Amino acid sequence: MRRLADTHPPGPGRRTYLDGVRAAAPIGVAALAFGVSFGVLARSAGMGRVAPMVMSVTTFAGSAQFAVVSILGAGGGLATAIVAAVLLNLRYGPIGLSAATTFEGPWWRRVLAAQLIVDESWAISQRDDGRLDRHLLVGAGLLLLVCWTAGTAVGTLAGDLVADPESLGLDAAFPALFLALLWPQVRERSRLLAALGGGAIALALMPFTGPGVPIVAASLACLIGARRPR
Amino acid sequence: MSAVWISVLVVGLATISIKAAGPLLLARRTPPPRAQAALEHLAPALLAALVVTQALGGDNGGFTIDARIAGLAAGAAALLLRAPLLAVITAAAVTAALVRLIA
Repeated sequence: MRRLADTHPPGPGRRTYLDGVRAAAPIGVAALAFGVSFGVLARSAGMGRVAPMVMSVTTFAGSAQFAVVSILGAGGGLATAIVAAVLLNLRYGPIGLSAATTFEGPWWRRVLAAQLIVDESWAISQRDDGRLDRHLLVGAGLLLLVCWTAGTAVGTLAGDLVADPESLGLDAAFPALFLALLWPQVRERSRLLAALGGGAIALALMPFTGPGVPIVAASLACLIGARRPR
Repeated sequence: MSAVWISVLVVGLATISIKAAGPLLLARRTPPPRAQAALEHLAPALLAALVVTQALGGDNGGFTIDARIAGLAAGAAALLLRAPLLAVITAAAVTAALVRLIA
């Protein structure tokens, strides 16, 4: 499979925001469904209607939001919920570093654009040279933000009407998406080594650390690339 | 302020800061070649970690083997057949849903 950044070559090969929206459309369906289930869970955990939506817009990261809701809902402490969520989102440190040279303009525009980074928009905007396509990232991120927040709203208001996303197998769509986007990158030997290293580090740490830590630690495998500067 | 709103605000501010850190600190500064080469290997390392954690992660850490593995295998098969992205994702979701339906 060719990577997404290569699949829409209109005109001089420049991607547009709309290309990002199109590329993210299939995964947007899953984001919508999981947004609904987040809304349902948040409502039943006593978060009310407004707080879950504020969280979907500001935090905009599914796993951390589910962690907060399930910890608070199970009567776990506030500190536990916050620490778990921040640990889960620490991966956006290295992910943001890999996107650092992607954005342009004054600092506030770069900060705003960086908020559209989620695993899926970042994965979709990968380019051949290991950098990111800004237009794909922003377009995909905006669509996913809309789907995620709209899903959350539906979930808090009328969640009982919607099927459980896991019964539709939508949770299996995410690892498949990441594998599909990893696929074209690992033809080059050093990137294959980085992928194997990252996967092995995550696998080795998963039984011992809280969720979130394995992904952050896996980013160390990128040092394989520093052995031989091009 | 309620625990709900404190968690929403603290987690939101923390996440916004974490996401902004890289683009704020590194912008317009070309890293030295070795650092740049390492940065270009971040994507495969992180993508592989995301595949592993999303396919095997349990709710409270550790491993959970469930229908996601079957879905991922179907997705990988679709990739080997050079299927487009939409078909890969759909194959994974449909397979996982079928496994759950049967099991």
